[in-house]
Amino acid sequence: MAILTKEEAQALLKKVLAYSKAEECEVSVNGSEGGNIRYALNAVSTAGDISTMGLAVTSVYGKKAGTATIDEFDDAALEKVVRRSEELAQLAPPNPEYMPMLGPSEFKEEITFNPTTGAMTPDSRADLVAKSLAVTKEAKLTAAGFLENSTGFSAIMNSKGLFAYTKGTDVTFSVTTRNEAGTASGYAARGFTDVSKLDTFSATKIASTKCLSSSGAKAIEPGKYTVILEPVAATYMMENMFRFDARSAEEGRSFLSKKGGGTRLGEQLVDPKVTIYSDPFNPDLPSSTWSGEGLPREKTMWIDKGVVKNLSYSRYWADKKGVKPLPGPGNIIMEGGDASIEDLIKSTERGILVSRLWYIRMVDPQSLLLTGLTRDGTFYIENGKIKFPVKNFRFNESPVIMLNNLEALGKQERSISVESYRSYLIPPMKIRDFTFSSLSDAV
Amino acid sequence: MRRRDFLYLSGMGAGALMLPDLSAFGKTIDPAQALERVDVAIKKELADVALNTAKSNGATYADVRIGRYLNQFVVTRENKVLNVANTESYGIGIRVIANGCWGFAATNDVTKEGMAKTALKAVAVAKANAKIGGAPVQLAPQKGYGEVSWKTPLTKNAFEIPVKEKVDLLLNANGIAMAGGANFVNSVMFAVNEQKYFASTDGSYIDQDVHRLQPSFTVTKIDPSAGSFETRRSLSSPVGMGYEYLDALESEKVGGITPRYKKRYDMLEDIKFATKQAAEKIKAKSVEPGKYDLVLDPSHLWLTIHESVGHPTELDRVLGYEANFAGTSFLTLDKWKSGKFNFGSKAVNIVGDKTQVGSLGAVGYDDEGVKCKKWDIIKDGILVNYQAIRDQAHIIGLTESQGCCYSQSWQDVQFQRMPNVSLQPGKTPLSVDNMIKNVEKGVYIIGDGSFSIDQQRYNFQFGGQLFYEIKEGKIVGMLNDVAYQANTQEFWNSCAQVCDESDYRLGGAFSDGKGQPAQSSAVSHGSSTALFKGVNVINTKRKIG
Repeated sequence: MAILTKEEAQALLKKVLAYSKAEECEVSVNGSEGGNIRYALNAVSTAGDISTMGLAVTSVYGKKAGTATIDEFDDAALEKVVRRSEELAQLAPPNPEYMPMLGPSEFKEEITFNPTTGAMTPDSRADLVAKSLAVTKEAKLTAAGFLENSTGFSAIMNSKGLFAYTKGTDVTFSVTTRNEAGTASGYAARGFTDVSKLDTFSATKIASTKCLSSSGAKAIEPGKYTVILEPVAATYMMENMFRFDARSAEEGRSFLSKKGGGTRLGEQLVDPKVTIYSDPFNPDLPSSTWSGEGLPREKTMWIDKGVVKNLSYSRYWADKKGVKPLPGPGNIIMEGGDASIEDLIKSTERGILVSRLWYIRMVDPQSLLLTGLTRDGTFYIENGKIKFPVKNFRFNESPVIMLNNLEALGKQERSISVESYRSYLIPPMKIRDFTFSSLSDAV
Repeated sequence: MRRRDFLYLSGMGAGALMLPDLSAFGKTIDPAQALERVDVAIKKELADVALNTAKSNGATYADVRIGRYLNQFVVTRENKVLNVANTESYGIGIRVIANGCWGFAATNDVTKEGMAKTALKAVAVAKANAKIGGAPVQLAPQKGYGEVSWKTPLTKNAFEIPVKEKVDLLLNANGIAMAGGANFVNSVMFAVNEQKYFASTDGSYIDQDVHRLQPSFTVTKIDPSAGSFETRRSLSSPVGMGYEYLDALESEKVGGITPRYKKRYDMLEDIKFATKQAAEKIKAKSVEPGKYDLVLDPSHLWLTIHESVGHPTELDRVLGYEANFAGTSFLTLDKWKSGKFNFGSKAVNIVGDKTQVGSLGAVGYDDEGVKCKKWDIIKDGILVNYQAIRDQAHIIGLTESQGCCYSQSWQDVQFQRMPNVSLQPGKTPLSVDNMIKNVEKGVYIIGDGSFSIDQQRYNFQFGGQLFYEIKEGKIVGMLNDVAYQANTQEFWNSCAQVCDESDYRLGGAFSDGKGQPAQSSAVSHGSSTALFKGVNVINTKRKIG
């Protein structure tokens, strides 16, 4: 069984710690169970079911730490892994950045586990995919998609009395629909903690509608345009910005570094309409209530009305700088407005609706300049209406510059990144002067 | 050597500032454990349990991979060792065809019970999926090889080299950078050993021992008054060889504006140049956008080959199997069938090759038990072939697979992955200096930088590490903020010259991503320096206030 309850994990970790002879010792155990279906050309291409569990022990003498891990759980194996970590610690050089282990801490109960998602089977996955395929077969389109669910747990305990446990579930679904001629394409993606919220039928309907409306795309000149980024496009673009790390900013090698030294903390970085925070207790996007360093996670404001409010400090860097440690975000929530995507389109005189972005890569980490392309549904807007589909563009744009050119935000929704598959709560956004640098023939 | 000396510095468990989540690589072990082997006889016995269970429960085909994947990371920063970690991931992946459909299951319970349970799960997955429908899987026939083995040719197993030796090299390199005025320097030694055992109902029992190595560094120079910083990464390549790659050899160096390396790497020399060049980049002239002739060094061109040739010639992409993630390909079957599709100029000859010694993709057999080979993909500029695996071979009229199946671990299903895809050197003697002499207005690009390409592989944009302006046949100085954009077919048709074999080198990546769930694969791309005429160069400088 790859998923231990809190009590089972606690009992196992206590047993392992009892073998320790080191000055400090930390034991962690984690496991996951899950499966996936990948389909293409309206049929299953690959599918799998995976379960794993492992245990790690870190022993410490002074500032010398050694880690060993194991995936066997009989008493002899557990003692062996403790001894091995002690041996490695004795042989390690002192780590100048090592911080003593933390003592007991109160971690609030999480809301990251959903039993329905935890009970998914190969058959229930197949049923969800069948619903998606019913849509595309009916519309005479070809579908390629991916459905993946996982249940995972993680627990740590140390010789100073710290104990933390988390258990979570996640399900993600994405589908691309293409017409027979290969001249049109549409996409939809969903991610949830609770699988009962996942409607693969309606998501595929949206992807199919996008595809059917994309046929006969016209080429228009690249340049600066007002764009409306749907949440899945905005998420992928913004994901590159969610690194609020104090150390790299203070070292002068981050977009949050300041000319002449120091950081942008407390400065107006982007438009006042932008507020970005993390909150482990958000019911639509729950996250773990503790970080890997064993620090409690609370609601944390990163950007408040456009001002950089907090930077994350590891325990080592916080100690060096004489500030309180602050763990990095466990999730990201960006506040939105009340407008629907239709409302944003209605208020646009001339612009481009972007359904999805693709292959985003960093060009310049100093300005956060990114390049990437539009994909799977790009439309020209004139006088508040979608006029026609347009050929895809390459863009060269920085999310920081983009958020300074923010015109409006729509209603926030849970969305996934098309590359990392992480979930975020992100609104659709309307941006002026978004830089498209060239055309792409890709469909 | 005493065990204590061998383990010295190992297993540090803190401060992995430059590593991804180590648990993704498996469990942490001490380096001595990496030298232990699992008995082949035991693996065969276990594999037979899986194959027999699958067959007796309705599978018409089954294969099992027992994989032990070892990684070693040595990570340093300036004068500090941040992390030394040895990881092991050991488990089984079982793939079956039942009711005409693929099913896959994996576990790290490597026992006879684990084998049987996982085989049953794989069959259950296949049968559940078969209800959805679709054409039954059609596998190209594959003869069983019986019991065979293959090992990466090497003279120094990186896992047998004491960690201290690696740490000393990295810290020496860092010391050179700091003494040369760098503000920050990170360096990493990453070693991989895939111990893979494959068995199938075709009658193959294949034991392979695959080694890879990647030494790398990044030097950072900061100008606080301007609020700017620049980096220069190492010009090493990830390689499919042992620690002998770090034995610097003059005969394996390429001279010119900065040293570059073939089958041996001089890290201490490279970092000395890198430190100077990072500082130079801060002051370098910002490029004027426009059309330039590009002289592309193999340390840069490998990535352009990878993205614009390697990926679009993957048959699964062409057919639509990757449509939901990485996309499809502009190289549709009709273009191949015509036998006339001008992918590039006549100077462009590109091969797929899983046998190239020292390359990342070199193995004896792929992950579905097919012996590896070499074949033409682009011949004199014309598209002549793709990359295919067993269940695709019939689509392009092949009677057997090209051996391009790979999985990143025991717990991921194997699927079509790129072999080494390389541009063949020019047949006429031509040096880089002579190539540059004929360039009126150009940019010479060394090292790989940012990269992005659309979902059908038409439109791309690439950066680099070092850019030099060429005027009237001469290099006149360093440039900065350079990226070029092009359309794949136009770009390869603008290839005017490729230098001869004396300049041929391999570049590559450990982490080519593809598939859902996404998997990484290691692949090399060889070329000599090549000239591309009239390519669009953009300026990437932006200010964010």
